[in-house]
Amino acid sequence: MMRKLTLAIAVVAPMLGHAASAQDTLKIGYIDPLSGGGASVGEGGLKTFQYLADELNAKGGILGHKIEIVPLDNKTNPQESLVQAQKAIDAGVHYITQGNGSSVGAALSDFVTKNNTRNPGKEVLYFNYAAVDPSLTNEKCSYWHFRWDASSDIKMEALTNYMKDTASIKKVYLINQDYSFGQSVRTDARKMLGAKRPDIQIVGDELHPLLKVTDFSPYIAKIKASGADSVVTGNWGQDIALLLKAAADAGLKVNWYTYYAGGAGGPTAIKQTGLDHQVFQITEGFANSGNKAAMDYEKAFRAKVNLSLWYPRAVNEMRMFKAAAEKANSIDPVKVAAALEDLKFEVLDGGTGIMRKDDHQFLQPIYISSFGKLTENEPFDEENTGWGWHLVSKVDTEKAMVPTTCKMARP
Amino acid sequence: MLELIVISTLNGVLFGMLLFLLSSGLTVIFSMMGVLNFAHASFYMLGAFFGFQLTKWIGFWPALVLAPLLVGAIGMAVERYGLRNTHKHGHVAELLLTFGLAFAIEEIVSMIWGKSPVDYRVPALLDFPAFTIFSTNYPAYKIFMLAVSVVIFVALLIVLKRTRVGLIVQAALTHPHMVGHLGHNVGRVFMVVFGVGSALAGIAGVIAGPALVTQSDMAAALGPILFVVIVFGGLGSLPGAFVASLVIGLVQTFAVALNGSLASAFGPLDPSAGPSVLTDIWNVTIAQVAPIVPYLLLVIILIVRPMGLMGTRES
Repeated sequence: MMRKLTLAIAVVAPMLGHAASAQDTLKIGYIDPLSGGGASVGEGGLKTFQYLADELNAKGGILGHKIEIVPLDNKTNPQESLVQAQKAIDAGVHYITQGNGSSVGAALSDFVTKNNTRNPGKEVLYFNYAAVDPSLTNEKCSYWHFRWDASSDIKMEALTNYMKDTASIKKVYLINQDYSFGQSVRTDARKMLGAKRPDIQIVGDELHPLLKVTDFSPYIAKIKASGADSVVTGNWGQDIALLLKAAADAGLKVNWYTYYAGGAGGPTAIKQTGLDHQVFQITEGFANSGNKAAMDYEKAFRAKVNLSLWYPRAVNEMRMFKAAAEKANSIDPVKVAAALEDLKFEVLDGGTGIMRKDDHQFLQPIYISSFGKLTENEPFDEENTGWGWHLVSKVDTEKAMVPTTCKMARP
Repeated sequence: MLELIVISTLNGVLFGMLLFLLSSGLTVIFSMMGVLNFAHASFYMLGAFFGFQLTKWIGFWPALVLAPLLVGAIGMAVERYGLRNTHKHGHVAELLLTFGLAFAIEEIVSMIWGKSPVDYRVPALLDFPAFTIFSTNYPAYKIFMLAVSVVIFVALLIVLKRTRVGLIVQAALTHPHMVGHLGHNVGRVFMVVFGVGSALAGIAGVIAGPALVTQSDMAAALGPILFVVIVFGGLGSLPGAFVASLVIGLVQTFAVALNGSLASAFGPLDPSAGPSVLTDIWNVTIAQVAPIVPYLLLVIILIVRPMGLMGTRES
């Protein structure tokens, strides 16, 4: 029996092609939407990770292992993500990365944690590059989850600190996606604005279905009717692009405080609205940040991928992965996880970040930028609009922190 | 407030007319075959993608004419070589055929154009604000969509009610054998009706594509609403479909505009009770439940008036 099996494997293995080289490649399962409403950002993310993998491979990979990004379409659906994660694990993947949708993030974090408890020796790490629901590093925190994007409450803290000093803000409208992340944005915005600027009136608080709305004009009519002067939104993917597009069509003139206006379709719509430097976004880096190394990187990235670098955090993630593996001198997930804790790292846009041991939240400098006409020292526009992101405010690592309630179960 | 009402009415009527373009074909096909055409929304999607592709090659205006013709031709082929053959095996076979077709079309579309949205833009000629009410712009393209829908609605009405062709079609729907005995080719009538119904869905696709999002899941997103419309209006009733389309369009748009919740009607719950499922239900606004309102209407109409608003049969 055993001999037959060995024989079968001997026959089949060469047919499978890279089954023989599987030992040498380090596979990273990229689980994100490659279809549906999140596809535009999901595909951008995939291209980014593939670029990063190529870049690392050109310099010998990680500890001699070539990196391969395995794209898996989760349709922004938590159940589908778990199916894809299982598929990835069965194919020998020990590292998965995901970003779009905190509902997906929570499901994956839980899945990975259970998998690692049940299958000691076959651990899997979950590298989160964009799911920013604070619960992932608080009540639902997991030892096997690491987040490189600033969590929603860190971003809102910085954003409201900036809004606090803008005296012209009187009436704010909140519009967010109806799921864990959108709800956390709205709750944080209400709480923090209430504490910092009690005079600001919240004139609307909207939750709409996630990635299902194809025409935002009814919502824009409502914002208009509310008399708001500013809108705060955590929308991403097509939800921010279509929201801004509907605003442009209706000629809505307000200030926009967003998390992700820079994603696919957003810049084009902002240019159409004609809102020069009235749309703000909060990120861990952006094209015109002024940091020489980051700007050179942006240039090379755009030349090759033909896309803006939306995810400087993905660069940080992959580089830190390499640093941690080298520190541990192993690509074993358990050792890499231990090496990542409290690892200090010089981020792409300059400044030092640290992977906080308590909750596995990466703490880093963050930037508020506005979108509009460019000045001389800002070479990068977006989506060929001629407009680009301009630095408004930088928040250093020490100030971009919020405490965590995470009680981490360590293996 | 007045501004919100005016804009919402415009948006609602527009969405309603778009639904009508789709449901008119679906409901006529239903009267004809006696089964729902599950692939109808897929013809809408094909219209949008053909419109996108032809716009790239030959421009928007020729595409507006050609794409629906193409979709209509595909529809006729489906009737002639698919449905006519399965007809003798009964309704279940026909239903399954359209059901399978819907999936096949979705897969083919995503194979050709990919799964992410395509860049289908409003033609430059119509890319300007048509008018401004209370300082809100209304895009010219939306007015154009509205105009196209109204023109087609009127044309359809005239053809069906005022011409000989319409007379034969109507007769063939209810008394196919008698029409056949009178020397008309009933099979061809059915094929043409199916083709025209598909072409109408195609037009809806071409004009809705740039305003909404053109991607491979657009059929699946719109399909269920379509069934709500024709069941609500009464299966097989054209005026019913018209009224139902407008009602659903307006209800959905206005539901978004309303902020009312149980909490705002009856006051907030005692905060000491703490968060629970009840507080969630209590605080949910009409705007948040907007997407399910049409389905709620469907359930209610089936309970109160199973034949639909203007339907005639019980089943």
